[in-house]
Amino acid sequence: MPYDESVKEALSKKGAYGKDIDIDDYEEGSKDSGTVTDLESSEYRKYMEHVGVVADEMNRSGTLMFLNNTASHCSPKVQEGLELLSLSKALKVHEGLKDFMWNAMDPAKDKFTAKTYLEDADGFFIRVKSGYHIKNPVQSCMLLSQNKTVQNIHNILIVEDGASLEMITGCSTVRHANDSLHVGVTEIYMGDNANLTYSMIHSWGNKTSVRPRTKCVLGKGSNYTNNYVIMNPVGNLQSFPVADLGERSSATYNTICIAHEGSEIDTGGMVNLNGAGSRAEIMSRSVSMGGKMCARGRLVGNVPGVKAHLECRSIILRDGGSTLAIPELEAHVADVEMTHEAAVGKIARDQIEYLMSRGLDEDQAVSMIVRGFLSGSINGLPEELQREMDAAIEQANLGD
Amino acid sequence: MAEMLKIDNLHADAGGREILRGVDLTVEKGETCVLFGPNGSGKSTLLSAIMGYSTCRITEGSIIFKGQDITHLGVDERARLGIGMMMQRPPNIFGVKLGDLVKAASRNPGILDEADNFKMGNFLERDINVGFSGGEIKRSELLQLTAQSPEFLLLDEPESGVDLENIDLIGEKVKSLLYDESGPVSVQKDVSSLIITHTGQILDYIGADHGYIMKNGKIQFCGKPLDLLRDIRQNGYGE
Repeated sequence: MPYDESVKEALSKKGAYGKDIDIDDYEEGSKDSGTVTDLESSEYRKYMEHVGVVADEMNRSGTLMFLNNTASHCSPKVQEGLELLSLSKALKVHEGLKDFMWNAMDPAKDKFTAKTYLEDADGFFIRVKSGYHIKNPVQSCMLLSQNKTVQNIHNILIVEDGASLEMITGCSTVRHANDSLHVGVTEIYMGDNANLTYSMIHSWGNKTSVRPRTKCVLGKGSNYTNNYVIMNPVGNLQSFPVADLGERSSATYNTICIAHEGSEIDTGGMVNLNGAGSRAEIMSRSVSMGGKMCARGRLVGNVPGVKAHLECRSIILRDGGSTLAIPELEAHVADVEMTHEAAVGKIARDQIEYLMSRGLDEDQAVSMIVRGFLSGSINGLPEELQREMDAAIEQANLGD
Repeated sequence: MAEMLKIDNLHADAGGREILRGVDLTVEKGETCVLFGPNGSGKSTLLSAIMGYSTCRITEGSIIFKGQDITHLGVDERARLGIGMMMQRPPNIFGVKLGDLVKAASRNPGILDEADNFKMGNFLERDINVGFSGGEIKRSELLQLTAQSPEFLLLDEPESGVDLENIDLIGEKVKSLLYDESGPVSVQKDVSSLIITHTGQILDYIGADHGYIMKNGKIQFCGKPLDLLRDIRQNGYGE
């Protein structure tokens, strides 16, 4: 097929950003890693819980888990209006689902999407039916347990008209699978007047390469919030999610990163303001502790009357790395209101000493300021993210 | 009376200029001292030097607190030894909630319940000093100091920028830091203080033992605080 041929050609196409990775360095991850029936007694429990995926499923509407390239767990029973399946199973029961496959995301975008397409990768299928509000968050977990392998995931998430969902995705490597590659393609489709909060917590090994590819298409009057948190060392990570906004829709991206020594992180996001009255906000807060950090943001105003703001702020706590903030505004019509702010620097000494004058030692003062810097400006951050961030900040010895 | 603070021939730079030019000062345990002086005379720099802020670099002399040489000690160590400061213009700290700092500063787990008495109950979830008015900053500083419960108070113009309605609250809270008011009569605690004031309004609420006038980076005069204040009002600083 000519289409498949063009995707095959894309197997050699580098990603638009970030360091190039040779996918052939990695073996295919197992599609037969077994099932995890009981999350609480699973050997992977601590890895899951470290990225906000709770094993007892308390206050969760359902769980999907992928171990390498295997759908290992899917909650058997969920509330009315919610559907959770592996994508491969969903394709068997939903004839219309194929219309959503590779519709938002171009498989020939780069070698990672191409690989995912050509592998016919499995992933999660989540659908919230029209008018349903899912009470508690749905959680998904992507775990890599095999060293020198690639995890290829293809997710489809559909939030229909008037529906709402909060989703938490935790991704991690089991310790011995440090030198591996995670590729996760997520296509999100939101109808009209729908709401979605999609939070990702990543915790990888210091040699892991990570290439998520996320695209969200919104109808009219919908709201999409994308939270991304990475606090632990990673090899190199590049992510640039894209959202296309319909009339009166809004997108908010919150990205919170710590770049440790040896880590290369290139994150951010892009919002295409395609509908009249659409709104967007891209917020990035990062701390470099000797790692390489690049914070991107791109807002594209395509119709009159749109409003958008972009903010990249970075604190450099240790020398040895680099920090690059790239805020971009692009307007194709006159009547747009688009702004950006970017700031890179160290923590002001007077702030540290002010807290120290209340009896906090320097480490405690720096941690308190960094914790505030990373999370304080973001409203409504899910409790799990806040908890994970606090724990990671605690471990990071920021005041050293 | 035991010596709480002894400053000997203190010289210090701030912003690349010599500001303190040989300050000698002794404050006894339980003693309240007020510091007068024209703008730019070095009063705030002296308080910063005692607290240990790095905006001020000590070049000569010594600061002895409770018999220990603290001249080159860190800010946090001085705070833990019992020194607490109310800044005139404290920094904004985005993302850090006032309540979190108050909790961290205090050994009393119920300290946050006190916030309403400072009219700060609604500010505990706010970022420290961000968007606070002059009076709110003072009340926030006093709440933090109350949480700390220091043995030695450094107050930099506690009444400046405060409206008439709030001056009473500020005065009473400063008084509570210095006096034990649990009985029928206020009793002076063993808490010492060094207070910068331009207007002397704070003296309507607390008694002061000594007054000092600072000029050109040195303590030039010592006297009874109210006498000095009257003299300054009549004759200025004689510049």
